[in-house]
This record gives sequence, C-alpha cells and structure tokens, in this order.
Amino acid sequence: MIKAILIFNNHGKPRLIRFYQYFAEDMQQQIIRETFHLVSKRDDNVCNFLEGGSLIGGSDYKLIYRHYATLYFVFCVDSSESELGILDLIQVFVETLDKCFENVCELDLIFHMDKVHYILQEVVMGGMVLETNMNEIVAQVELQNRMEKSEVQVWASI
Amino acid sequence: MALKIVKGSIDRMFDKNLQDLVRGIRNHKDDEAKYISTCIDEIKQELKQDNIAVKANAVCKLTYLQMLGYDVSWAAFNIVEVMSSSKFTYKRIGYLAASQCFHEGTDVIMLTTNQIRKDLSSPNQYDTGVALTGLSCFVTPDLARDLANDIMTLMSHTKPYIRKKAVLIMYKVFLKYPESLRPAFPRLKEKLEDPDPGVQSAAVNVICELARRNPKNYLSLAPLFFKLMTSSTNNWVLIKIIKLFGALTPLEPRLGKKLIEPLTNLIHSTSAMSLLYECVNTVIAVLISLSSGMPNHSASIQLCVQKLRILIEDSDQNLKYLGLLAMSKILKTHPKSVQSHKDLILQCLDDKDESIRLRALDLLYGMVSKKNLMEIVKKLMLHVDKAEGTTYRDELLTKIIDICSQSNFQYITNFEWYISILVELTRLEGTRHGHLIASQMLDVAIRVKAIRGFAVAQMATLLDNAHLLTGNTQRNGICEVLYAAAWICGEFSEHLEDPMQTLEAMLRPKVATLPGHIQAVYVQNAAKLFATVLRKHDGETESQAAQETSQLLIDRLPLFVQSANLEVQERASCILQLVKYIQKLQQKNVEVAEEVTALFAGELNPVAPKAQKKVPIPEGLDLDAWINEPPSESESEDEKPKAVFAKEEPKHSRSRHTEVDEKELARRREVRKQEQANNPFYIKASPSSQKVYDAPGVEHIPVVQIDLSVPLKVPGMPMSDQYLKLEVERRQKEKAERKKKEKKKKREKRGKERKADSGPESEEDITPAHQVDIVTEEMPENALPSDDDDKDPNDPHKALDIDLDKYVPYCRHLQFIHVLHIIKPTVYWFPFQKSSKHKKKKQKKEKEEKEKKKKKRHHHHHQHHSDAGGEDSVQNGTVEEEEPLPVSQSHSVSLKQEVKVYDIQGNHQDESKVVVSVIFENKSDSFLKSMEFNVLDSLNSKLQRPEGAGAHDSLTVPFQLPPGVSNEARFVFSVQSIIMPQKLKGTLTFIVKSDESSTHEKLDFKLHFTCTSYLITTPCYSDAYAKLLESGDLKGSSLRLEGINMPFHHLLARICFHHHFSVVERIDSCASMYSRSIQGHHVCLLVKTSDQTVSIDAKCDEPSLLGNVLDEIKQTFSKC
Repeated sequence: MIKAILIFNNHGKPRLIRFYQYFAEDMQQQIIRETFHLVSKRDDNVCNFLEGGSLIGGSDYKLIYRHYATLYFVFCVDSSESELGILDLIQVFVETLDKCFENVCELDLIFHMDKVHYILQEVVMGGMVLETNMNEIVAQVELQNRMEKSEVQVWASI
Repeated sequence: MALKIVKGSIDRMFDKNLQDLVRGIRNHKDDEAKYISTCIDEIKQELKQDNIAVKANAVCKLTYLQMLGYDVSWAAFNIVEVMSSSKFTYKRIGYLAASQCFHEGTDVIMLTTNQIRKDLSSPNQYDTGVALTGLSCFVTPDLARDLANDIMTLMSHTKPYIRKKAVLIMYKVFLKYPESLRPAFPRLKEKLEDPDPGVQSAAVNVICELARRNPKNYLSLAPLFFKLMTSSTNNWVLIKIIKLFGALTPLEPRLGKKLIEPLTNLIHSTSAMSLLYECVNTVIAVLISLSSGMPNHSASIQLCVQKLRILIEDSDQNLKYLGLLAMSKILKTHPKSVQSHKDLILQCLDDKDESIRLRALDLLYGMVSKKNLMEIVKKLMLHVDKAEGTTYRDELLTKIIDICSQSNFQYITNFEWYISILVELTRLEGTRHGHLIASQMLDVAIRVKAIRGFAVAQMATLLDNAHLLTGNTQRNGICEVLYAAAWICGEFSEHLEDPMQTLEAMLRPKVATLPGHIQAVYVQNAAKLFATVLRKHDGETESQAAQETSQLLIDRLPLFVQSANLEVQERASCILQLVKYIQKLQQKNVEVAEEVTALFAGELNPVAPKAQKKVPIPEGLDLDAWINEPPSESESEDEKPKAVFAKEEPKHSRSRHTEVDEKELARRREVRKQEQANNPFYIKASPSSQKVYDAPGVEHIPVVQIDLSVPLKVPGMPMSDQYLKLEVERRQKEKAERKKKEKKKKREKRGKERKADSGPESEEDITPAHQVDIVTEEMPENALPSDDDDKDPNDPHKALDIDLDKYVPYCRHLQFIHVLHIIKPTVYWFPFQKSSKHKKKKQKKEKEEKEKKKKKRHHHHHQHHSDAGGEDSVQNGTVEEEEPLPVSQSHSVSLKQEVKVYDIQGNHQDESKVVVSVIFENKSDSFLKSMEFNVLDSLNSKLQRPEGAGAHDSLTVPFQLPPGVSNEARFVFSVQSIIMPQKLKGTLTFIVKSDESSTHEKLDFKLHFTCTSYLITTPCYSDAYAKLLESGDLKGSSLRLEGINMPFHHLLARICFHHHFSVVERIDSCASMYSRSIQGHHVCLLVKTSDQTVSIDAKCDEPSLLGNVLDEIKQTFSKC
C-alpha cells in the first residue's frame, strides 16, 4: 500500500499532496516539512530510499523518491510494495505528466494542481496501484478531458 | 431561470479561478496569510450562490488551499453539493475535494450514501469511475456497509475500466466492513482470471494485501497463483505474486520446494532488476522456511548471494541498497555464506550514502564472531572519528554497543578491551547516547565480576578527568557517563588503589555544575568511599588519614546541601550529619569502620525484569483446589457437620474424610477443569507453561583472577588498539602451543589419521583472554519461559482474518445479511422450521416411524433476531413452512437435506426483479447430485428461467453436494405487483447417491414474500418529507397498538429493523419515518406513543400496500 504521495519543490513548497490515510491539515504540513528535510539534504547520487520519517509510517514504511529538476516526487509505501517497482511507477507518472502537459515543468503543476490530481487518480487509487501502462493512463485522462470539454461547450451554448 | 444562469456567468467572470488564486498568492509573498484570508472570504461568498459552476470553482480553490494547510472542513456540505452535480466536470471537482478532506469524522459523509450509489450505477463510466476513486479515499464503515453490494456488482461491469476500480476498492471496503469479505471473495477470486490484464493485476493486488496480513487463509490459492506466475508476463503482477509467495512459504514448506525451480529460472532469465530482486527475496524466504528441514539448497543460496553481490557492486545506489537489505535476510539463517563477503560490506561503510552505510552497519551486526569482533569494531571506531558531529555518528555509536553487547556479550573475549572501547567512546562530543554508554559500563561492571578491578581503575581515571568531559557547557549528553563512573567506584570501592584520591575527585566544587541526578549519585557514593577509607585505616589508632577524610567530607558537603536539587540536598545533609557524628566518635577513638561499612553491605545482583512473573507454582500447590470444603453439591454433604456433633468417632471420621477427599478432589478437579475449559471467562494456563526452563547456574563457571599487567598510560584515554595487537599475539601464541601439543600427539600417535591444521582457526579454537563470569540476570528457579504475544489489538487487518475455505456456521452469514437487511429487503426463510405446535406432532411421529424422513430444525433465525431486536422472533418476509408431508414408507434413506433461503433482495435498477439466495446444505451421509429447483409460478411472480426454457421447467442447481457440504445458489424472480404479499410453492428434486444405490428424492417448500420485503430503507430529509406530505398524493390509513410496553426508541428501532424504515425526525414521543418500495412507492409513518398505546398514522400512494405493511407491523408487535 501507498500511504502518501507528496510532490514539493526544492524549497519544500508543496505542489501536490495526496494522503491515503487521514491526517489533519497541520499534521500534513508537518509531514511535508519533515519529509522535505529528510529528502532535500541528500545528494542526487545517493540511493532513492529512505527509512521512513518519524511522523509518517513507522518501521514498515519507506520513503521512495525521485528528484526531477526542481521537483521532488515522494511516495511513502509499506513493505508490500516493491521498491524498484515504485521507482518505475514514479517514472511512469512523470512521463505521463510530460505527455499530458507537453514538456511538463513546475509551473504546470503549480497552476493545474487539479489536473495533476486527475492524472494521479488514474495511476493510484486509494493507495493501491491502479494502472502502470502509460498509454492506458493517457487514454483515460484524455477521454475524461474531452468529456469535460464537451460539457463546457454545451454550457457555453446555452 | 435562464436569466439566473446568465447572471451567474457574468458574476463568474469577476470571480477568481484556481489559476488566478495561485497567481495572486505568488504575487503576495509578503502578506500571503492576509491575502489568503480575503480569498477565503470571497470563496465563502461564492459558495452562497446558487450557481453550481461558481460553487465548483470555489471548491476547486479550496482544494488548493487545503494543500497549503488550511482547514476547509467547514465547506464540507458545499463539497457534497458539488459532488451531486449532474455535470461530470463539477462532480469530479467535488469528489476530488472530498477525497482530500473528508475522513471518518466528517459528519456530512452520511449524506453522500445515496448520491454515491446513484453515481456508481450511472450509465456514464466516468461518473462511476470518479465516484469509486473518491470513495476509495473516504470510505467509512457505514458507507462500506451500505455500498458493499453495489460495488460487488460493479466487479462484473462490462467495462474493464470500472471492473478494475471496483476490484481495488473492495480492499478498502473489506477493511472498513470485514463481513463483506466472505460473500465478495468468490467473485474476487474469479477476477484473478479476468481477460483484462488491468483487472487481473488489481485482483492480484487486493488478494496480496489481504494475504499479507492473514496468509494462512489464502494458502489454498497457491496453485492458482502458481499458474499465474508461470504464465503471466506482466512484471507488476509477477512482482506482486512473488512477494505473496514470500509471505506464504513460511506456512507451507512444500510450496517453497515447488517454487525454487521456477524462481531460479526467472532469476536467470529476467532482465528487469525489480523482478530479479523480488525473486531473490522470495528465494531467500523459501530458504529460510526450509532451513530446518532441507540443508541441500546451497546452490540456491550461492546463486542468491552471487546475484546480491552483483547488485551491491553496481554503481546504482538503489541496487546497492537493496542488495544489502536482502543480504541481511540471508544473514539470519546462513551467516557463513554472507560472512565471506565481509570485505564488500566493510567497503560499503565508506559509501557517501548514509542509507547504505546504515544498511551495512545492520549487516555487520549479524556478521561478528569472536574472531572478528575486535577488528570490525576497530574499523567502526575509525568511522566514528571521521563522522564528527552527525547523527550518523550517534548511529555508529549505538551500533558498536549493540554489536558488542548482543546475546549477552557472547562475542566478547576480552572485557578489558570492551571497557576501553567504552571509555574511548566517552570522548565523543555532543553525543546523545551518554546514558547508553553509562548503562553498558554499569552492566559490564556488575555482571562480569572479574573485570571489576580494571573497570574501577578506569572509572577512577574518568572521574579524575571529569573536567574533560564537562569542559564545554553544552556537552551534557556525555556526562551521563560520570553517573556510571561514580557508582562503579563507590560500589566496588574495595578495588580502588587510592580511594582517598577518588573521593577527593568526587567532591570537587565543579561537580555542582553537573545535572542533579548525577550529583546525587556522587554524594551517595562519596559516602561509600568514605566507608572504604575508614575500613582501610581500621585498627590504626588515632589514624590521621581517617580523620582527614571526615574533615574533607565535612568541608565539601555543605556545597551540596545548598543544592537546588531536592535529592542532592537531602542526601548531602543526611550524610553530612552522619559524618559529623562519626568525626565525634573518631575523636573519642571509637572504632567506627565496621558500623559505617555495614551501611552499604550486601551484594548487588541483576534481576531479570520478568523474574517475578516467572516464579513457578511450587509442586503440590493447586491453586484450583478448595481451601475449605466446597459448597456442597448434594444435600447429604450439607448435613455432615451435624454428624460431627453427633459424637461420631472423630479419628475415624477424619481419616475417612481425607480418603474421600483425595478421590473426590481428583474427580472434582477434573470436573472443574472441564468447566473451566468451557467457560470463556476463565483464563486458562498457557500450554507453554508446561516446559521448565533451566536457569543457567552461575557457580560452575570458574573465576580466574585477571592479570592486570596492561599498563595505563594516558589517564582516562586507554588505547583499545593495544588489545587488538595483544589479542592477535595471544592467539598466535595459543595456536603455536596447540600446534606443539598436536605435534606431540602426532608424534605419539604416528601413522594414525593426520589432522589438517593449515586452515583458518575456527570459532571454537578461540578462547577468551580471561575466563569471565558473566552473571546472567537472576531468574527464579525453574522459571517458565513465556512468549508474550504482542500483537496490536487495534490492527484493522485483524478483522479480516477469515478462513475463506472453511464452511462457516450460519450465524456468520446471518450477521452479514442482518446488516444488509437494513439496506435492502431481505427475506429469511427456513422451510423446515416448525412452529412449536408442529414440533410436538412431529416428534411423536418420529417416535412412531423412525425410518422416516428426518429434518433438522434450525433456530439460527431466532437467534439472529433476538440479537438484533430483543426477544421477539418475528420474521418479516418469512416463508411459511410446509406442513410435514405425509411420507410414504418407500423412503428408506434417512434424509437430511436442507434448503435455506437466506436473502431476497430487490434490485434498485430493476423494479420488478428480486434475487433470492438459497443455501443448500447436505446433512445426510450420502452424496447429493442432479439437484433441480422449481417453483410454481403465479401470475404475479415468476422464476426467471433461461431463454428457451418452458414455463414449468426446473432450474438445475449448478453444483453437487458431498455429505456435510453446503453451497449457495441464486435465483431471480420477476415480480409484477408488489402491493400484496405472495406465496410461491416450490420443489427441489435431487438424486441421493449412497454406496449401494441411488434414489430420487423430493423436497417441497413454500416461499413467502411479505410486502415489507419490498421496502428499501431510504433516508429522507425532513424538508423533502414535508413536501411529500404536502403534495396530497398520498392516501392515509392508521393503526393503533395497545399494551405496548417498551421504550420508544426500541419501538422505532424495531420498525426500522423489521420493516425497513428510517427515522426522518423524532421529537419526544413522536417520530416521522420513511421508506420506499422497490417500485418507488413512498411510505410515510407518523408514530406517537402515550401510556402503552402506540398510534401510527400512515400515508402511502398505494393504499393496499400500506394496508399490508401496517398489518405486518401489527403482527410484529402482537408477538412481543
């Protein structure tokens, strides 16, 4: 199970947070801060696993992250997930974002947090991996966007 | 209306959308909080508008603010509004917001049930998808219970997109509502072989999660997974399955043996590192589970270790890390194969990556032996020096101590060396682990008697150089060590060379800057030292030294008497007074040493923390036995005391008495044991308490005086390295001696077998430098080992520990249905349940004709109802039992076939269909097959038969029943009118196959649908309810019940439970209730009560339905 997915930038500003277990808002912010603190002091050439922070998880949990340019993608997972598998999943997620936003950059995530959420929803659902095939994910996301567009047109034509 | 929309859209042009909000926040970096608070005010205004587009926009912005840490739960109701929009665009926004901020404590969540149900059954797959995704994040036990069936249906949806989501969310439903696991499991299992790989992967995912928590229940799926493993090409699925096997193998070693080969093949063939790694992991798990039974898997171990070495040597840090992680698993069972890679692991200690260093440290912990401990620790000490001022250094420190102290100092051959290491560690600046070092010092000094002399000398130097430790003000962590040093010097002061000097060191004014608890120890131990000094000078008359010591204490102690710390103050003033008194005595030349020493007499022994718990019950003590005579079981025993008064021969009576007692007691003990075994409240003795644990004796270990030849050069800074050299020299010397001896022997036994001694010295060859007496923690004699099971009682997965293969007692089913019952019309039906009148008749009959058909009566139904609603056993929608049919003599087989309808459900989407679930249970000893189920259709209700079948054809039950087995089949009925209760006659025909013959048998039954069973509990809001009543479409009717003697809320609960109503509003002794039929009839009740009289005013758009429902309600209450 995935317990949480956090995306924040090099300064620790959250760009997307998705907890699959309830934490109150202030706790969520603390977790982001702690995770950022743990992750940001690591060099880029060290391994991408971290034995979980004190706030989130416990001994069974791991932080698995990837660092892309200005953004950190952090997944907090338990031992039922394969470490390398999750790393691949992060890659799939980011590539999907890249496809959907065409050359994704931090600004896309800043201004379209909702869309990023919708894409993520096609990858992970309720803490479990839903789909790993990028083409399938992109297809579903596009179909839904098209539906949204058609609704907007209907609305505009009234 | 159109105007309103236009107006809304114009308003909207001036609203900020999400992008504007983000831009605004970025432009107000200086006063972000202020800006956001004005934005929130705007959002509040927007939420007040009727336009759903505006609301959705506002909710979208709130979702963003939630990410920034703002609590937006105040808008929960608006989120629900947006969720229920008919437009996908807005619905999606609503569900996203809900999934981000709803949780079990959100009260509006209960308003969403119907909306979610509607979305789940929407024709648009994305509406369903969005609802499933949202629900997966905020599902509560209530939602799970109410929606379990809807989601279960979606598992068979035509679109794989929905199927896979429905399958995944089932796991969340199981967690919140464990009862749903059993009915859903068969379908879940089916999905393992779904044609769509995504659905298959989802099913594997869910089962893996389930099995990880309760693996034993899923062992039976192993063959299926095995098949998947050998056939699937999806790496994700493979990884999950292989991980699952890792969890299953410990339970079933045979599975492990089967797995080795395909896994080895995968290891050789796959190019995906992730898959390779998981394969290696599972092979390790298999090997661990086999390690006891099958030693012949060295090839597999070698393969794993080899592959892991490749991973560790890889330049990719991730692989390196995982390699080390897996290595540590092998280490536990096959330490030898890992130890040969010590070089590699020590290399990893130099890695720049802290995670990797920590993993390598973990490995080292398991790799040490007597032989290499010193060497490894020396390496670690080097790293300690390098890693100044980091948390990693603290980690190193704890690891060094862990490594050395593991399994009761098993690997330490030279405790002088260990003490030196500890003393060296005290040089660390700013460590948090002073107390850890201190406790090690104390532990070693107390438990290793032979080392005390050396330890005390070291501690004395430490105390003398205490200023080095406390030099900087902010180095408070390490000064904990002084606590240990002071205590050791005091307690074992007889080993001190110069107690006077140490005493002086302990009373320096600087000590007053130490933390209070350390000062307190200083003061107390100063007193001990004082006693020692006195003792030393015992016998010398007018000893100058003794008097000087007293004076020293009297001079220095007042400093401590002034301490702000109460403990220090108290101890100091006590001791000060004592010393003053002693000084007086000394001046009178009185011998005091003896008395003063007596103050601190007695040896200290370590006691295990669990010692008290483990005190065994002495033999002959029976805690179950009565101390006095037990209260009599029979009348005659009661009268015994009288007999004593009646001048019986006392001696005789007593002896007879005891004789009886022994036999009686034995018998009673047996009876009592039986009783206790059956009494769930009696805490039984655990079976493990039978074993007897031999506390290792201490006496037989010889204690050898240590040779204190090692000179201490630097005060307080002994060099542990010397020991390494010494140790090597010592071992070489020993080896040489051994060789000599062996040579001698060989010379003596020339010609006999030759021993190869060129190999490396083995573990056993290493003898400790000093024979040390490691005092184990004291345990009571014959202590009983106890393994405390520390399972977390709050683990949600515990509830999912359900054995899915075993047939469950019915009550389990009923519990599940019982809950469903509230949601959907349910009919319980036990065709062979006799009313009491029939029972008697039947029993008589049975006596007469024993050969005849026997039927078991079951009362689960009653039990179930009494669980839920008091003692009544009224059944709604119960099917009337068949009158016992006159049975012909020809029935020679005793039949115990049983048929139960356990559930009749209306379908929301289809107003004319009802699903009836029937459980067939074979209670006979014969095999039943070719079962055919048939019902005589009425005009109104028809059994749905496959196309092409005639109107009277039977339906074949799709299974056979071996003896004692039960299974469930579902039949669909179409119902036209639901306004009247209905009865259907039916028959079940089947073939009974015994060893010799097979006969054709038949069972008749009747199926009874009550009107109540067509009602669906539907929540209704009071405003909607009021509108409904005002509309005037409903026709009224009323009912009066007399002599109802129950609390009002019980009455309401009963109506809700038995007749599927929900309470809309309740004011004092008056309540309005609502329900809806599957065909959409509204039924409204107004229930009032006063003085045992209940009046029900009812309204419904269908008068005859209402009449029947009221009759059924009346019946419910007439039976109580």
